[in-house]
Amino acid sequence: MIAGVGVVFLLISVLTVAGALAAALLRNLVHCALSLTVTFAGLALLYLQLDAQFAGFAQILVYIGAVAILVAFAILLTRGAGAPEYRNFSSSWFAGLSIAAAVFALLAWAVTKSLPVRVPAETAPAVTVQSIGAALMSSYVLPLEIVAVLLTVALIGAVIVAMPEAKATKPLPEKAGGK
Amino acid sequence: MSFLANLDQVFVLLQHWIAGFFPLWLQPVVATILGVIAIVATFPGIFAVTTVLERKGLGRMQNRLGPNRVGPLGILQPVADGIKSLTKEDIVPLSADAVVHFLAPVLLVIAVFLGFAVLPVGRNMVLVNFDAGLLFFFAIGASTELSIFMAGWSSRNKYSLLGAMRAVAQMISYEVPLLLSSVVVVMITGSLSTVKIVEAQSGFTGWFPHWYVFTPWGFAGFALFVVAALAETNRSPFDLPEGESELVAGYFTEYSGFKFALFFLGEYLGMLSIAGFAITLFLGGWGAPFSFLGFVPSWGWFFLKLLAAIAFFIWLRGTLPRLRQDQLMNFAWKFMLPMALLNLLVAGAWRFLGDGWGRWVICSIVLLTAYALLGRVLMRKQGLGARSYRYAE
Repeated sequence: MIAGVGVVFLLISVLTVAGALAAALLRNLVHCALSLTVTFAGLALLYLQLDAQFAGFAQILVYIGAVAILVAFAILLTRGAGAPEYRNFSSSWFAGLSIAAAVFALLAWAVTKSLPVRVPAETAPAVTVQSIGAALMSSYVLPLEIVAVLLTVALIGAVIVAMPEAKATKPLPEKAGGK
Repeated sequence: MSFLANLDQVFVLLQHWIAGFFPLWLQPVVATILGVIAIVATFPGIFAVTTVLERKGLGRMQNRLGPNRVGPLGILQPVADGIKSLTKEDIVPLSADAVVHFLAPVLLVIAVFLGFAVLPVGRNMVLVNFDAGLLFFFAIGASTELSIFMAGWSSRNKYSLLGAMRAVAQMISYEVPLLLSSVVVVMITGSLSTVKIVEAQSGFTGWFPHWYVFTPWGFAGFALFVVAALAETNRSPFDLPEGESELVAGYFTEYSGFKFALFFLGEYLGMLSIAGFAITLFLGGWGAPFSFLGFVPSWGWFFLKLLAAIAFFIWLRGTLPRLRQDQLMNFAWKFMLPMALLNLLVAGAWRFLGDGWGRWVICSIVLLTAYALLGRVLMRKQGLGARSYRYAE
Protein backbone atom coordinates (compact mmCIF):
# COMPACT_ATOMS: atom_id res chain seq x y z
CA MET A 1 0.00 0.00 0.00
CA ILE A 2 1.26 3.48 -0.85
CA ALA A 3 2.03 5.55 2.24
CA GLY A 4 -0.20 8.50 1.26
CA VAL A 5 -3.24 6.31 0.74
CA GLY A 6 -2.55 4.69 4.09
CA VAL A 7 -2.52 8.03 5.90
CA VAL A 8 -5.79 9.15 4.33
CA PHE A 9 -7.37 5.79 5.12
CA LEU A 10 -6.18 6.02 8.74
CA LEU A 11 -7.55 9.53 9.18
CA ILE A 12 -10.94 8.57 7.75
CA SER A 13 -11.17 5.41 9.80
CA VAL A 14 -10.23 7.23 13.01
CA LEU A 15 -13.02 9.73 12.25
CA THR A 16 -15.50 6.94 11.54
CA VAL A 17 -14.66 4.90 14.61
CA ALA A 18 -14.62 8.00 16.84
CA GLY A 19 -18.06 8.93 15.57
CA ALA A 20 -19.37 5.43 16.23
CA LEU A 21 -17.88 5.36 19.74
CA ALA A 22 -19.34 8.77 20.53
CA ALA A 23 -22.71 7.61 19.26
CA ALA A 24 -22.61 4.71 21.71
CA LEU A 25 -21.11 6.52 24.70
CA LEU A 26 -22.53 10.05 24.75
CA ARG A 27 -25.39 10.68 27.17
CA ASN A 28 -27.51 13.11 25.22
CA LEU A 29 -29.54 11.28 22.55
CA VAL A 30 -29.38 14.12 20.03
CA HIS A 31 -25.59 14.25 20.43
CA CYS A 32 -25.54 10.50 19.75
CA ALA A 33 -27.55 11.03 16.56
CA LEU A 34 -25.18 13.78 15.43
CA SER A 35 -22.13 11.59 16.14
CA LEU A 36 -23.75 8.82 14.13
CA THR A 37 -23.90 11.31 11.26
CA VAL A 38 -20.13 11.75 11.55
CA THR A 39 -19.83 7.98 11.12
CA PHE A 40 -22.05 8.10 8.04
CA ALA A 41 -19.87 10.87 6.59
CA GLY A 42 -16.74 8.86 7.34
CA LEU A 43 -18.18 5.85 5.52
CA ALA A 44 -19.04 8.06 2.53
CA LEU A 45 -15.44 9.33 2.50
CA LEU A 46 -14.20 5.73 2.57
CA TYR A 47 -16.32 4.91 -0.48
CA LEU A 48 -15.00 7.99 -2.25
CA GLN A 49 -11.45 7.03 -1.39
CA LEU A 50 -12.13 3.68 -3.08
CA ASP A 51 -13.26 5.58 -6.22
CA ALA A 52 -16.87 4.51 -5.74
CA GLN A 53 -18.37 7.93 -6.50
CA PHE A 54 -21.95 6.79 -6.81
CA ALA A 55 -21.93 4.81 -3.57
CA GLY A 56 -20.25 7.69 -1.73
CA PHE A 57 -22.66 10.38 -2.91
CA ALA A 58 -25.66 8.10 -2.43
CA GLN A 59 -24.44 7.45 1.13
CA ILE A 60 -24.35 11.21 1.81
CA LEU A 61 -27.71 11.81 0.13
CA VAL A 62 -29.54 8.96 1.86
CA TYR A 63 -27.86 8.69 5.25
CA ILE A 64 -26.88 12.28 6.08
CA GLY A 65 -29.72 13.91 4.16
CA ALA A 66 -32.52 11.56 5.18
CA VAL A 67 -31.71 8.92 7.79
CA ALA A 68 -29.96 11.30 10.19
CA ILE A 69 -32.89 13.72 9.95
CA LEU A 70 -35.28 10.83 10.50
CA VAL A 71 -33.38 9.75 13.62
CA ALA A 72 -33.38 13.30 14.94
CA PHE A 73 -37.11 13.66 14.31
CA ALA A 74 -37.81 10.33 15.96
CA ILE A 75 -35.90 11.38 19.06
CA LEU A 76 -37.59 14.77 19.27
CA LEU A 77 -41.08 13.38 18.67
CA THR A 78 -40.81 10.55 21.19
CA ARG A 79 -38.60 11.62 24.07
CA GLY A 80 -38.33 15.36 23.72
CA ALA A 81 -35.14 17.34 23.68
CA GLY A 82 -34.96 17.58 27.44
CA ALA A 83 -32.33 16.47 29.88
CA PRO A 84 -30.82 13.03 29.37
CA GLU A 85 -31.83 10.41 31.89
CA TYR A 86 -29.98 7.36 30.68
CA ARG A 87 -27.04 5.55 32.17
CA ASN A 88 -24.21 4.55 29.89
CA PHE A 89 -24.40 0.91 30.89
CA SER A 90 -27.69 -0.88 30.90
CA SER A 91 -28.29 -3.68 33.38
CA SER A 92 -27.87 -6.30 30.67
CA TRP A 93 -24.47 -5.09 29.53
CA PHE A 94 -22.87 -8.49 29.85
CA ALA A 95 -25.39 -10.19 27.57
CA GLY A 96 -25.08 -7.33 25.06
CA LEU A 97 -21.32 -7.57 25.10
CA SER A 98 -21.30 -11.33 24.52
CA ILE A 99 -23.83 -11.10 21.68
CA ALA A 100 -21.82 -8.31 20.04
CA ALA A 101 -18.61 -10.31 20.40
CA ALA A 102 -20.27 -13.39 18.89
CA VAL A 103 -21.58 -11.41 15.92
CA PHE A 104 -18.19 -9.82 15.40
CA ALA A 105 -16.44 -13.19 15.55
CA LEU A 106 -18.87 -14.67 13.03
CA LEU A 107 -18.46 -11.73 10.65
CA ALA A 108 -14.67 -11.76 10.98
CA TRP A 109 -14.61 -15.49 10.32
CA ALA A 110 -16.83 -15.13 7.26
CA VAL A 111 -14.77 -12.26 5.88
CA THR A 112 -11.43 -13.96 6.36
CA LYS A 113 -12.76 -17.22 4.88
CA SER A 114 -14.34 -15.62 1.85
CA LEU A 115 -11.37 -13.45 0.87
CA PRO A 116 -9.28 -14.89 -1.94
CA VAL A 117 -5.78 -15.60 -0.66
CA ARG A 118 -4.13 -13.06 -2.87
CA VAL A 119 -6.02 -10.31 -4.62
CA PRO A 120 -4.11 -9.05 -7.64
CA ALA A 121 -3.46 -5.35 -7.12
CA GLU A 122 -4.81 -4.05 -10.44
CA THR A 123 -8.16 -5.76 -10.80
CA ALA A 124 -10.21 -2.83 -9.52
CA PRO A 125 -12.93 -2.42 -12.17
CA ALA A 126 -13.73 1.07 -13.37
CA VAL A 127 -17.37 1.37 -12.35
CA THR A 128 -18.93 4.53 -13.72
CA VAL A 129 -22.33 5.88 -12.77
CA GLN A 130 -23.46 5.04 -16.28
CA SER A 131 -22.60 1.36 -15.90
CA ILE A 132 -24.43 1.21 -12.55
CA GLY A 133 -27.50 2.74 -14.21
CA ALA A 134 -27.29 0.33 -17.14
CA ALA A 135 -26.99 -2.65 -14.79
CA LEU A 136 -29.97 -1.48 -12.69
CA MET A 137 -32.11 -1.06 -15.79
CA SER A 138 -31.17 -4.35 -17.47
CA SER A 139 -29.99 -7.30 -15.37
CA TYR A 140 -31.25 -6.03 -12.00
CA VAL A 141 -34.51 -4.50 -13.15
CA LEU A 142 -36.68 -7.00 -11.25
CA PRO A 143 -35.07 -6.35 -7.83
CA LEU A 144 -35.27 -2.63 -8.56
CA GLU A 145 -39.00 -2.88 -9.30
CA ILE A 146 -39.61 -4.98 -6.18
CA VAL A 147 -37.82 -2.40 -4.04
CA ALA A 148 -39.81 0.36 -5.70
CA VAL A 149 -43.13 -1.38 -4.96
CA LEU A 150 -42.02 -2.05 -1.38
CA LEU A 151 -41.11 1.59 -0.82
CA THR A 152 -44.39 2.78 -2.32
CA VAL A 153 -46.32 0.40 -0.08
CA ALA A 154 -44.37 1.68 2.94
CA LEU A 155 -45.12 5.28 1.93
CA ILE A 156 -48.85 4.66 1.54
CA GLY A 157 -48.89 2.67 4.77
CA ALA A 158 -47.24 5.54 6.63
CA VAL A 159 -49.82 7.97 5.28
CA ILE A 160 -52.67 5.67 6.33
CA VAL A 161 -51.22 5.28 9.82
CA ALA A 162 -50.82 9.04 10.15
CA MET A 163 -54.27 9.87 8.75
CA PRO A 164 -56.72 11.10 11.38
CA GLU A 165 -59.32 8.42 12.11
CA ALA A 166 -61.97 10.97 13.01
CA LYS A 167 -63.02 11.29 9.37
CA ALA A 168 -65.62 8.51 9.51
CA THR A 169 -67.22 9.66 12.74
CA LYS A 170 -66.87 13.39 12.29
CA PRO A 171 -69.93 14.31 10.16
CA LEU A 172 -72.47 13.01 12.73
CA PRO A 173 -71.74 15.36 15.66
CA GLU A 174 -71.43 18.26 13.22
CA LYS A 175 -74.93 17.65 11.89
CA ALA A 176 -76.23 17.34 15.40
CA GLY A 177 -74.64 20.64 16.27
CA GLY A 178 -76.80 22.33 13.67
CA LYS A 179 -73.97 23.68 11.56
CA MET B 1 -10.49 36.45 -32.77
CA SER B 2 -7.49 35.22 -30.89
CA PHE B 3 -7.90 38.08 -28.42
CA LEU B 4 -11.53 37.10 -27.83
CA ALA B 5 -10.56 33.47 -27.37
CA ASN B 6 -7.96 34.58 -24.83
CA LEU B 7 -10.49 36.78 -23.06
CA ASP B 8 -12.83 33.79 -22.85
CA GLN B 9 -10.09 31.73 -21.21
CA VAL B 10 -8.43 34.58 -19.26
CA PHE B 11 -8.99 33.04 -15.83
CA VAL B 12 -7.87 29.59 -16.96
CA LEU B 13 -4.69 31.11 -18.48
CA LEU B 14 -4.11 33.08 -15.27
CA GLN B 15 -4.41 29.89 -13.24
CA HIS B 16 -1.91 28.08 -15.49
CA TRP B 17 0.47 31.05 -15.40
CA ILE B 18 0.53 31.23 -11.59
CA ALA B 19 0.80 27.44 -11.28
CA GLY B 20 3.76 27.58 -13.70
CA PHE B 21 5.91 29.22 -10.99
CA PHE B 22 5.77 26.06 -8.88
CA PRO B 23 7.60 22.74 -9.37
CA LEU B 24 5.82 20.20 -11.53
CA TRP B 25 4.65 17.88 -8.75
CA LEU B 26 3.12 20.79 -6.86
CA GLN B 27 1.28 22.26 -9.86
CA PRO B 28 -2.03 20.29 -9.61
CA VAL B 29 -2.29 21.21 -5.93
CA VAL B 30 -1.60 24.89 -6.60
CA ALA B 31 -4.09 24.94 -9.48
CA THR B 32 -6.78 23.45 -7.24
CA ILE B 33 -6.04 25.91 -4.43
CA LEU B 34 -6.29 28.79 -6.91
CA GLY B 35 -9.64 27.48 -8.08
CA VAL B 36 -10.87 27.25 -4.50
CA ILE B 37 -9.67 30.80 -3.78
CA ALA B 38 -11.50 32.05 -6.87
CA ILE B 39 -14.76 30.42 -5.71
CA VAL B 40 -14.37 31.61 -2.11
CA ALA B 41 -13.67 35.16 -3.29
CA THR B 42 -16.19 35.48 -6.15
CA PHE B 43 -19.41 34.17 -4.71
CA PRO B 44 -19.31 36.05 -1.39
CA GLY B 45 -18.56 39.12 -3.52
CA ILE B 46 -21.73 38.48 -5.50
CA PHE B 47 -23.48 37.92 -2.15
CA ALA B 48 -22.43 41.40 -1.03
CA VAL B 49 -23.74 42.92 -4.25
CA THR B 50 -26.94 40.89 -3.93
CA THR B 51 -27.71 42.18 -0.44
CA VAL B 52 -27.54 45.81 -1.52
CA LEU B 53 -29.47 45.08 -4.75
CA GLU B 54 -32.13 43.23 -2.77
CA ARG B 55 -32.54 45.97 -0.21
CA LYS B 56 -32.71 48.71 -2.83
CA GLY B 57 -34.94 46.65 -5.13
CA LEU B 58 -37.35 45.75 -2.34
CA GLY B 59 -37.30 49.35 -1.25
CA ARG B 60 -38.38 50.47 -4.72
CA MET B 61 -41.15 47.88 -4.80
CA GLN B 62 -42.39 49.00 -1.38
CA ASN B 63 -42.26 52.68 -2.35
CA ARG B 64 -39.31 53.68 -0.17
CA LEU B 65 -35.67 54.44 -0.87
CA GLY B 66 -33.74 51.60 0.72
CA PRO B 67 -30.17 52.07 2.01
CA ASN B 68 -28.73 55.35 0.70
CA ARG B 69 -26.35 56.64 3.39
CA VAL B 70 -23.14 54.57 3.16
CA GLY B 71 -21.14 55.56 0.09
CA PRO B 72 -22.63 56.83 -3.16
CA LEU B 73 -26.26 55.59 -3.48
CA GLY B 74 -25.69 53.25 -0.53
CA ILE B 75 -23.39 50.95 -2.49
CA LEU B 76 -20.99 50.46 0.43
CA GLN B 77 -23.77 49.23 2.72
CA PRO B 78 -22.53 45.57 2.69
CA VAL B 79 -19.09 46.73 3.90
CA ALA B 80 -20.69 48.55 6.81
CA ASP B 81 -22.88 45.54 7.55
CA GLY B 82 -19.86 43.24 7.51
CA ILE B 83 -17.86 45.42 9.92
CA LYS B 84 -20.90 45.74 12.16
CA SER B 85 -21.44 41.98 12.36
CA LEU B 86 -17.73 41.41 13.03
CA THR B 87 -17.63 43.82 15.94
CA LYS B 88 -20.92 42.81 17.54
CA GLU B 89 -20.95 40.76 20.70
CA ASP B 90 -21.43 37.05 20.11
CA ILE B 91 -24.18 35.99 22.51
CA VAL B 92 -24.71 32.31 23.26
CA PRO B 93 -27.76 31.59 25.42
CA LEU B 94 -26.94 30.15 28.84
CA SER B 95 -28.97 26.98 28.32
CA ALA B 96 -27.83 26.47 24.74
CA ASP B 97 -25.75 23.51 23.68
CA ALA B 98 -22.56 25.49 23.04
CA VAL B 99 -20.70 23.04 20.79
CA VAL B 100 -23.62 22.25 18.48
CA HIS B 101 -24.63 25.93 18.55
CA PHE B 102 -21.16 26.84 17.27
CA LEU B 103 -20.90 24.04 14.70
CA ALA B 104 -24.24 24.64 12.98
CA PRO B 105 -23.42 27.86 11.02
CA VAL B 106 -19.90 26.61 10.22
CA LEU B 107 -21.21 23.34 8.76
CA LEU B 108 -23.87 25.20 6.79
CA VAL B 109 -21.34 27.49 5.11
CA ILE B 110 -18.93 24.61 4.41
CA ALA B 111 -21.65 22.49 2.81
CA VAL B 112 -22.91 25.38 0.70
CA PHE B 113 -19.41 26.23 -0.52
CA LEU B 114 -18.82 22.58 -1.50
CA GLY B 115 -21.76 22.80 -3.90
CA PHE B 116 -19.91 25.33 -6.05
CA ALA B 117 -17.15 22.79 -6.77
CA VAL B 118 -19.11 21.14 -9.60
CA LEU B 119 -20.68 24.33 -10.99
CA PRO B 120 -19.29 25.18 -14.46
CA VAL B 121 -19.05 28.99 -14.52
CA GLY B 122 -17.42 29.17 -17.96
CA ARG B 123 -15.76 27.15 -20.69
CA ASN B 124 -13.15 24.91 -18.94
CA MET B 125 -14.00 26.69 -15.69
CA VAL B 126 -15.15 24.05 -13.24
CA LEU B 127 -13.21 23.04 -10.13
CA VAL B 128 -13.83 19.28 -10.40
CA ASN B 129 -15.60 17.54 -13.26
CA PHE B 130 -17.15 14.62 -11.39
CA ASP B 131 -18.72 11.80 -13.32
CA ALA B 132 -21.63 12.18 -10.88
CA GLY B 133 -21.44 15.96 -10.44
CA LEU B 134 -25.17 16.55 -10.20
CA LEU B 135 -25.54 13.82 -7.58
CA PHE B 136 -22.75 15.46 -5.59
CA PHE B 137 -24.60 18.78 -5.60
CA PHE B 138 -27.85 17.21 -4.38
CA ALA B 139 -26.04 15.16 -1.74
CA ILE B 140 -24.34 18.28 -0.39
CA GLY B 141 -27.60 20.22 -0.55
CA ALA B 142 -29.34 17.55 1.49
CA SER B 143 -26.76 17.79 4.25
CA THR B 144 -27.54 21.47 4.89
CA GLU B 145 -30.82 20.33 6.46
CA LEU B 146 -28.88 18.77 9.28
CA SER B 147 -27.08 22.01 10.16
CA ILE B 148 -30.41 23.84 10.23
CA PHE B 149 -31.75 21.21 12.60
CA MET B 150 -28.61 21.57 14.73
CA ALA B 151 -29.07 25.34 14.90
CA GLY B 152 -32.71 25.09 15.90
CA TRP B 153 -32.26 22.34 18.45
CA SER B 154 -29.11 23.65 20.15
CA SER B 155 -30.59 27.11 20.77
CA ARG B 156 -33.06 25.76 23.36
CA ASN B 157 -35.66 28.22 22.19
CA LYS B 158 -39.14 27.25 21.11
CA TYR B 159 -39.12 29.64 18.15
CA SER B 160 -35.80 28.24 16.97
CA LEU B 161 -36.98 24.64 17.27
CA LEU B 162 -40.29 25.37 15.53
CA GLY B 163 -38.47 27.20 12.75
CA ALA B 164 -36.01 24.33 12.33
CA MET B 165 -38.82 21.76 12.22
CA ARG B 166 -40.65 23.82 9.62
CA ALA B 167 -37.47 24.28 7.58
CA VAL B 168 -36.55 20.59 7.64
CA ALA B 169 -40.08 19.45 6.77
CA GLN B 170 -40.23 21.95 3.93
CA MET B 171 -36.78 21.09 2.57
CA ILE B 172 -37.42 17.34 2.64
CA SER B 173 -40.78 17.78 0.90
CA TYR B 174 -39.43 19.99 -1.85
CA GLU B 175 -36.26 17.99 -2.36
CA VAL B 176 -38.33 15.28 -4.06
CA PRO B 177 -39.67 17.50 -6.89
CA LEU B 178 -36.30 19.27 -7.09
CA LEU B 179 -34.50 16.00 -7.79
CA LEU B 180 -37.23 14.61 -10.05
CA SER B 181 -37.44 17.78 -12.14
CA SER B 182 -33.70 17.68 -12.83
CA VAL B 183 -33.77 13.95 -13.68
CA VAL B 184 -35.32 14.78 -17.10
CA VAL B 185 -32.13 16.65 -18.03
CA VAL B 186 -30.03 13.64 -17.04
CA MET B 187 -32.33 11.37 -19.07
CA ILE B 188 -31.94 13.41 -22.24
CA THR B 189 -28.22 14.19 -21.82
CA GLY B 190 -27.28 10.70 -20.71
CA SER B 191 -24.82 11.99 -18.13
CA LEU B 192 -24.72 13.32 -14.56
CA SER B 193 -21.66 15.44 -15.31
CA THR B 194 -22.48 19.16 -15.20
CA VAL B 195 -19.91 19.89 -17.90
CA LYS B 196 -21.51 17.40 -20.31
CA ILE B 197 -24.97 18.80 -19.56
CA VAL B 198 -23.83 22.29 -20.58
CA GLU B 199 -22.05 20.96 -23.69
CA ALA B 200 -25.20 19.12 -24.76
CA GLN B 201 -27.03 22.49 -24.86
CA SER B 202 -24.33 24.43 -26.71
CA GLY B 203 -25.63 24.01 -30.30
CA PHE B 204 -27.68 26.54 -32.28
CA THR B 205 -30.56 26.27 -34.77
CA GLY B 206 -30.35 29.44 -36.82
CA TRP B 207 -29.95 32.14 -34.15
CA PHE B 208 -31.56 30.19 -31.37
CA PRO B 209 -29.75 27.99 -28.84
CA HIS B 210 -30.56 24.38 -27.92
CA TRP B 211 -31.31 25.20 -24.31
CA TYR B 212 -33.45 22.60 -22.56
CA VAL B 213 -35.88 25.27 -21.36
CA PHE B 214 -37.07 25.70 -24.96
CA THR B 215 -38.63 22.21 -25.04
CA PRO B 216 -41.97 21.24 -23.45
CA TRP B 217 -40.43 18.91 -20.86
CA GLY B 218 -37.58 21.36 -20.29
CA PHE B 219 -39.91 24.26 -19.64
CA ALA B 220 -42.03 22.22 -17.23
CA GLY B 221 -38.88 20.92 -15.54
CA PHE B 222 -37.46 24.43 -15.27
CA ALA B 223 -40.65 25.82 -13.72
CA LEU B 224 -40.81 22.96 -11.21
CA PHE B 225 -37.09 23.30 -10.45
CA VAL B 226 -37.36 27.05 -9.79
CA VAL B 227 -40.35 26.64 -7.45
CA ALA B 228 -38.63 23.82 -5.57
CA ALA B 229 -35.42 25.85 -5.44
CA LEU B 230 -37.28 28.78 -3.87
CA ALA B 231 -38.61 26.41 -1.22
CA GLU B 232 -35.22 24.78 -0.66
CA THR B 233 -33.59 28.15 0.00
CA ASN B 234 -36.45 29.32 2.25
CA ARG B 235 -37.08 32.30 0.01
CA SER B 236 -40.38 34.12 -0.15
CA PRO B 237 -43.13 32.93 -0.74
CA PHE B 238 -41.79 29.83 1.04
CA ASP B 239 -40.19 31.69 3.97
CA LEU B 240 -42.34 30.10 6.67
CA PRO B 241 -39.29 28.84 8.62
CA GLU B 242 -38.25 32.46 9.14
CA GLY B 243 -41.64 34.13 9.20
CA GLU B 244 -40.91 37.27 11.22
CA SER B 245 -44.50 37.73 12.28
CA GLU B 246 -44.71 34.19 13.68
CA LEU B 247 -41.27 32.95 14.70
CA VAL B 248 -39.04 36.02 15.30
CA ALA B 249 -36.36 34.72 12.89
CA GLY B 250 -36.88 30.97 12.92
CA TYR B 251 -33.93 28.68 13.50
CA PHE B 252 -31.37 31.47 13.83
CA THR B 253 -33.27 33.52 16.40
CA GLU B 254 -30.58 32.93 19.03
CA TYR B 255 -27.64 33.79 16.79
CA SER B 256 -25.92 37.13 16.87
CA GLY B 257 -22.84 38.84 15.53
CA PHE B 258 -20.73 36.94 13.08
CA LYS B 259 -22.57 33.64 13.45
CA PHE B 260 -25.73 35.38 12.30
CA ALA B 261 -23.75 36.77 9.36
CA LEU B 262 -22.62 33.21 8.55
CA PHE B 263 -26.25 32.05 8.40
CA PHE B 264 -27.07 35.00 6.20
CA LEU B 265 -24.10 34.18 3.97
CA GLY B 266 -25.02 30.48 3.83
CA GLU B 267 -28.57 31.27 2.85
CA TYR B 268 -27.61 33.61 0.02
CA LEU B 269 -24.81 31.34 -1.21
CA GLY B 270 -27.34 28.50 -1.27
CA MET B 271 -29.57 30.68 -3.41
CA LEU B 272 -26.67 31.52 -5.74
CA SER B 273 -25.61 27.90 -6.14
CA ILE B 274 -29.11 26.60 -6.78
CA ALA B 275 -29.72 29.40 -9.29
CA GLY B 276 -26.40 28.47 -10.89
CA PHE B 277 -27.59 24.88 -11.22
CA ALA B 278 -30.91 25.98 -12.70
CA ILE B 279 -28.87 27.90 -15.29
CA THR B 280 -26.59 24.90 -15.89
CA LEU B 281 -29.44 22.42 -16.23
CA PHE B 282 -31.97 24.37 -18.26
CA LEU B 283 -30.58 27.72 -19.44
CA GLY B 284 -27.51 26.52 -21.31
CA GLY B 285 -24.93 27.22 -18.56
CA TRP B 286 -22.28 29.53 -19.95
CA GLY B 287 -23.68 29.42 -23.52
CA ALA B 288 -24.68 32.59 -25.38
CA PRO B 289 -28.43 33.18 -25.88
CA PHE B 290 -28.01 33.96 -29.63
CA SER B 291 -25.48 32.53 -32.03
CA PHE B 292 -24.16 35.98 -33.05
CA LEU B 293 -23.39 36.87 -29.42
CA GLY B 294 -20.76 34.14 -29.09
CA PHE B 295 -17.94 36.69 -28.87
CA VAL B 296 -18.85 37.63 -25.28
CA PRO B 297 -16.77 35.50 -22.85
CA SER B 298 -18.51 32.40 -21.52
CA TRP B 299 -18.07 33.42 -17.86
CA GLY B 300 -19.68 36.75 -18.73
CA TRP B 301 -22.83 34.96 -19.85
CA PHE B 302 -22.92 32.78 -16.78
CA PHE B 303 -22.70 35.66 -14.34
CA LEU B 304 -25.17 37.76 -16.36
CA LYS B 305 -27.66 34.89 -16.17
CA LEU B 306 -26.94 34.54 -12.46
CA LEU B 307 -27.66 38.23 -11.85
CA ALA B 308 -30.87 37.95 -13.87
CA ALA B 309 -31.91 34.95 -11.74
CA ILE B 310 -31.21 36.92 -8.56
CA ALA B 311 -33.25 39.85 -9.87
CA PHE B 312 -36.09 37.40 -10.54
CA PHE B 313 -35.86 36.06 -6.96
CA ILE B 314 -35.92 39.58 -5.52
CA TRP B 315 -38.89 40.46 -7.72
CA LEU B 316 -40.77 37.39 -6.44
CA ARG B 317 -39.95 38.31 -2.85
CA GLY B 318 -41.37 41.77 -3.36
CA THR B 319 -44.51 40.42 -5.03
CA LEU B 320 -45.81 37.25 -3.40
CA PRO B 321 -47.31 36.83 0.07
CA ARG B 322 -46.21 33.99 2.34
CA LEU B 323 -47.90 30.58 2.04
CA ARG B 324 -49.61 28.79 4.91
CA GLN B 325 -48.15 25.48 6.15
CA ASP B 326 -50.98 23.32 4.75
CA GLN B 327 -50.84 25.11 1.39
CA LEU B 328 -47.10 24.52 1.30
CA MET B 329 -47.41 20.77 1.88
CA ASN B 330 -50.44 20.35 -0.40
CA PHE B 331 -48.60 22.13 -3.18
CA ALA B 332 -45.52 19.93 -2.83
CA TRP B 333 -47.21 16.55 -2.64
CA LYS B 334 -50.36 17.07 -4.70
CA PHE B 335 -49.13 19.34 -7.48
CA MET B 336 -45.33 19.37 -7.77
CA LEU B 337 -44.80 15.62 -7.31
CA PRO B 338 -47.39 14.41 -9.87
CA MET B 339 -46.24 17.03 -12.37
CA ALA B 340 -42.59 16.03 -11.93
CA LEU B 341 -43.43 12.32 -12.36
CA LEU B 342 -45.51 13.06 -15.46
CA ASN B 343 -42.64 15.15 -16.81
CA LEU B 344 -40.38 12.10 -16.57
CA LEU B 345 -42.79 10.18 -18.80
CA VAL B 346 -43.02 13.10 -21.23
CA ALA B 347 -39.22 13.33 -21.45
CA GLY B 348 -39.06 9.61 -22.23
CA ALA B 349 -41.71 10.01 -24.92
CA TRP B 350 -39.82 12.98 -26.36
CA ARG B 351 -36.69 10.87 -26.59
CA PHE B 352 -38.40 8.07 -28.53
CA LEU B 353 -40.90 9.99 -30.69
CA GLY B 354 -38.17 11.02 -33.10
CA ASP B 355 -37.61 14.40 -34.72
CA GLY B 356 -40.36 16.52 -36.20
CA TRP B 357 -43.32 18.57 -34.97
CA GLY B 358 -45.34 15.61 -33.69
CA ARG B 359 -43.48 15.30 -30.42
CA TRP B 360 -43.76 19.03 -29.73
CA VAL B 361 -47.54 18.88 -30.07
CA ILE B 362 -48.00 15.66 -28.08
CA CYS B 363 -45.68 16.61 -25.21
CA SER B 364 -47.07 20.14 -24.91
CA ILE B 365 -50.69 18.95 -24.90
CA VAL B 366 -50.01 16.30 -22.23
CA LEU B 367 -48.23 18.75 -19.94
CA LEU B 368 -50.73 21.59 -20.41
CA THR B 369 -53.71 19.27 -19.83
CA ALA B 370 -52.16 17.86 -16.67
CA TYR B 371 -51.35 21.36 -15.44
CA ALA B 372 -54.87 22.62 -16.05
CA LEU B 373 -56.59 19.56 -14.55
CA LEU B 374 -54.36 19.35 -11.48
CA GLY B 375 -54.69 23.06 -10.88
CA ARG B 376 -58.49 22.97 -11.16
CA VAL B 377 -58.89 19.98 -8.84
CA LEU B 378 -56.56 21.49 -6.26
CA MET B 379 -58.24 24.88 -6.41
CA ARG B 380 -61.66 23.27 -5.93
CA LYS B 381 -60.39 21.48 -2.81
CA GLN B 382 -59.08 24.78 -1.47
CA GLY B 383 -62.59 26.20 -1.56
CA LEU B 384 -61.45 29.57 -2.82
CA GLY B 385 -64.11 31.91 -4.10
CA ALA B 386 -63.76 35.23 -5.82
CA ARG B 387 -61.08 37.47 -4.39
CA SER B 388 -62.37 39.75 -1.67
CA TYR B 389 -60.78 42.88 -0.26
CA ARG B 390 -61.14 44.35 3.18
CA TYR B 391 -60.15 47.93 3.82
CA ALA B 392 -59.42 49.65 7.09
CA GLU B 393 -62.19 52.06 7.97
